[in-house]
Amino acid sequence: MKKLAFIAVSAAIAAGSPAAADLVFPSLSYRTGPYAAGGIPFADGYADYMTLLNQRDGGIGGVMTRVPECETAYNTERGVECYESTRGDGALVYQPLSTGITYQLIPRTTADGIPLHTMGYGRTSAANGNVFSHVFNYPGNYWDAASVIVNQLLEENDGSLEGQTIALLYHNSAYGREPIRTLETLAAQHGFELSQLAVDHPGQEQGNQWLQIRRERPDYVVMWGWGVMNQVAVQEAVNIRYPMENFIGNWWAGAEHDVASVGADAAGYRSLNMNRLGDMPVFAEIQEHVIDAGLAAGDGSNLGSVLYTRGMYAAFLAAEAARTAQEIHGVAEIDASMMRDGMEALDITNEVMEAAGMPGIGPEFTVTCEDHGGTGMAIMQQWDGEAWVTLTDFIAPDDSVTQPLVEEDSAQYAEENGIEPQCAES
Amino acid sequence: MPEQLVFAMEVTLNGLMTGVMYALVALGFVLIFKASGIFNYAQGVMALFAAMTLVGIQQGRVPFAHVINEIFGTDIHYFGWEVPALLAILLTVIVMIAFAYLVQRFVFKHLVGQEPIILFMATIGLAYFLEGVSDLMWGSEIRNLDVGLPQGINDWIDVTTFEALGYGFFIDNLDIAATLIAAILVMGLIAYSQYTKNGRAMRAVADDHQAALSVGISLNYVWVLVWSLAGIVALVAGIMWGSKSGVQFSLSLIALKALPVLMLGGFTSIPGAIIGGLIIGVGEALFEFAIGPMIGGATENWFAYVLALVFLVFRPQGLFGEKIIERV
Repeated sequence: MKKLAFIAVSAAIAAGSPAAADLVFPSLSYRTGPYAAGGIPFADGYADYMTLLNQRDGGIGGVMTRVPECETAYNTERGVECYESTRGDGALVYQPLSTGITYQLIPRTTADGIPLHTMGYGRTSAANGNVFSHVFNYPGNYWDAASVIVNQLLEENDGSLEGQTIALLYHNSAYGREPIRTLETLAAQHGFELSQLAVDHPGQEQGNQWLQIRRERPDYVVMWGWGVMNQVAVQEAVNIRYPMENFIGNWWAGAEHDVASVGADAAGYRSLNMNRLGDMPVFAEIQEHVIDAGLAAGDGSNLGSVLYTRGMYAAFLAAEAARTAQEIHGVAEIDASMMRDGMEALDITNEVMEAAGMPGIGPEFTVTCEDHGGTGMAIMQQWDGEAWVTLTDFIAPDDSVTQPLVEEDSAQYAEENGIEPQCAES
Repeated sequence: MPEQLVFAMEVTLNGLMTGVMYALVALGFVLIFKASGIFNYAQGVMALFAAMTLVGIQQGRVPFAHVINEIFGTDIHYFGWEVPALLAILLTVIVMIAFAYLVQRFVFKHLVGQEPIILFMATIGLAYFLEGVSDLMWGSEIRNLDVGLPQGINDWIDVTTFEALGYGFFIDNLDIAATLIAAILVMGLIAYSQYTKNGRAMRAVADDHQAALSVGISLNYVWVLVWSLAGIVALVAGIMWGSKSGVQFSLSLIALKALPVLMLGGFTSIPGAIIGGLIIGVGEALFEFAIGPMIGGATENWFAYVLALVFLVFRPQGLFGEKIIERV
């Protein structure tokens, strides 16, 4: 009986153990729930790129990748449960695609020594690597995004927004409230008036907010939305006949499904994007090696869409960091602490992007011990009624505004949590 | 006329329209609760399921395509035809009737005579089950719903109010359509329950199901009937809300807005659901207009419940609910 029990336990452990040679990139995805429309293409892009590396290159540095998925439904508690249930699987880096989950994971991943990559979301001041040793938010963060939008508006208004009104329509959550501080600072600096309009989860009801916009007629409406909030906002803007070219979403409010239901009537609506759109050689490779081979995470219909491309871009950045870690440590089978080193030494150049089949997908940037945030550059894109078209090249944020805010907020976090500067010691 | 008063009038009108949309969801709850004493937690998910099914049929999508493709290694997603809106609505009604039959046959038939809390828990299970089935059947992506309903600002109201008050009111054509449809639906439901044999059977079961059984009314049949009607109401609510925002998971959350409406209007009154919806719609809109900006906005969700709780203090059975008299 004891022998039988031993065999059963051994078998269970063997079944549950990760394959020794895998590089594990857990995907805390959401394919269900109110935010699934955004979560699905991102998760597909992330998983498909890793599958491409396995199929085409035999993994990264000769080691196969693995992307175990855990469904969070964009729910913070479930996100934490997902982290707890997958972290023992040899996880190299987490990308929760949720600011709420990110806030909960920052202390946990730091304590566990596992890096957290929150590209374009999460806690903005995590860009300060001196304080947030295991959190990376390159290539940009919310404060960069707010600054990029204002810079673009300054460009369009001969360098002055004096006397103009900008309404911030935001998801009433940790995510939606992130840019307020930056926009308040920018409003004081550039002399525009900032009005704030909160929209409760999930964002299905915005009638009152858009009545207010119709009454007050702000010069611009900037949206920090996600999920159904985006579609409803675009529809309401069309309903009240707000000039769509003056309605600008951040990079989480500019996917195809955000505007497709309104279609041609939404033409003119603009949004940021942290990654370039358009045909790239990597898509043909994914089609051939992943989708046609029946290995795609989804049905393949999202290939090339805004959020699929972003998920793929996130996977590319993770893969390049893993490759860098392998080079630094001279081993192919890296662990989470080595991955962190790789992320901190990441150098994304045009050559690297081109070699990956995605030339110019993002800005060139270098990560350092102090700077985990990248350049913060973003492009402006516009919905032409049928598709998103790129309007501008990568626009830089105003670091003189965002950097002091990052320093101030991270210093406060360091003080509250007794964190010593990590870079000073190195 | 003072500018703020004009704005308040516009907010009030829009609040009334929004209230009708809430009432559409609340009606489904009332129908089932009145006939069976079951608080149907799944009503919101039924609206989602009905709307997903409607769009799926309209666009000629293959149900359970992902499952079929996964099992058989095929790559089919569409039948290759499109179904006209009216026919698709009729087919969806048939699906909702079939759903009602299955729910009664496999769930509630076995729970007759159980405590209300058991029945309530069963509907929670049903909600999660249906949510999963919707996902499996039609996928989680956002679907566009177009059944030909008008949408956008009503120009006549805009121009008329501008000439009269100096400010053109915004009223969404979709909200006007929803109001008309809700009115027809309520009149239809009242007429059905008053003047048809089935309607009288429903009322008999609602009054006293033991007595109804004793005169030969089939409880099973009436419950299937009631769940079918609730399914049709869910379809109407799904169409209205889905036309606004696309058909997606969030539709199931609109049920949360029906709860304060029911608390206020009463769980057993169809007119109560309408009046309750209107009060909640106007109340939350005016509160957001007058107080919202001072306290950070986004007050609609919680204020609806505060309003309902205030009413509950003074009238626990709701405005139109039947007074509960228990003798010990």
